[in-house]
Amino acid sequence: MGPLVINEIISENTNLFLAFLIGIGFGFVLESSGFSSSRKLAGVFYGYDTVVLKVFFTGAITCMLGLLFFSLFGWVDLGLVYVNPTFLTSAILGGIIMGAGFIIGGFCPGTSFCGAAIGKIDGIVFIVGLFLGVLIFGLGYDLWDELYMAKNLGSPKVSESLGMSDGLFAFILIIIALAMFTVAEWAEKKFPREEY
Amino acid sequence: MTETKELRKTRYLNPYVGGVLLGLVLLSANFIAGRGLGASGALKSTIVATMTTVAPDASERSGFVKEFRESHAGNPMKTWLVFEMLGVLVGGFISGALAGRLKFKVEHSPKITSRKRLILALTGGILFGFGSQLGRGCTSGSALSGMAVLSLGGFITMMAIFGTAFALAYFFRKNWI
Repeated sequence: MGPLVINEIISENTNLFLAFLIGIGFGFVLESSGFSSSRKLAGVFYGYDTVVLKVFFTGAITCMLGLLFFSLFGWVDLGLVYVNPTFLTSAILGGIIMGAGFIIGGFCPGTSFCGAAIGKIDGIVFIVGLFLGVLIFGLGYDLWDELYMAKNLGSPKVSESLGMSDGLFAFILIIIALAMFTVAEWAEKKFPREEY
Repeated sequence: MTETKELRKTRYLNPYVGGVLLGLVLLSANFIAGRGLGASGALKSTIVATMTTVAPDASERSGFVKEFRESHAGNPMKTWLVFEMLGVLVGGFISGALAGRLKFKVEHSPKITSRKRLILALTGGILFGFGSQLGRGCTSGSALSGMAVLSLGGFITMMAIFGTAFALAYFFRKNWI
């Protein structure tokens, strides 16, 4: 059955319309969870507000389990679902640069749009920065082309790389997430902050 | 009365409930479109569209535009992520409106000025924009969506983003706490 557009159950244009609706859901959930506030987002790095960690891991695990069950029931063909490719060098370097951008700017791209949507001027300025950053990458592409394409491992699954089944990996990830949530709840009590 | 009103203003969704809802949105994206959520891809589309409009000849020679065209035929703005990000603006606005959070303001720690906050936001944005291109996706497209489909690269990028931010948190603490 799924993915619907790949199996031609819905048309390309319907897919784009549904993308808009899915975006509304995405923006709504992010904003209602507090992701439009940079001080709430940055809280995870100081322990006073760990909403990022909780929402992020609960979200990833919910979808991961959903896909595994859908695949089990024959509702979705996991072979047709896009798995992000792994270019080792750029995945690490890009992540490091993004991490620096996160702690300096207080947003990530998706959350800055949520902030901008409710009038956060720092969110709007962050978006201006994002466009500049992408433009710099595009204009200087030849300078980092080699780095960008280095160590292409294809699209391996983390479970394959660790030599275990998807289900076992999912189970271990849930245990890790529960341990992190426990630490997060403890941190919020240990480093409390008043209204921010 | 005013107290309950104040409470309602700042009240957010329970983070675990928010997480499950986020997971369901992400699951529906995978089920419908066979791909996850994203944000920086829409920025890339916009920059490619701008480059090809402002300087058509030069940009057709650009490796960046060529690389984009290999995976996207047609109008660069008619892509899944562009429509999705327009939705994010609408969804964020609706949520903010319902919760009484619509307000133009620069949010910053009382220890720093608005001006400093905006300079930091611009700097962070530039870094995040650049890093999202090098890393083939940001917190949404690479880390969150990648993790949900068990992509090795998704987990590596997630650990690099959060690991770096934690490692640098001490040096930037005055901007936040």
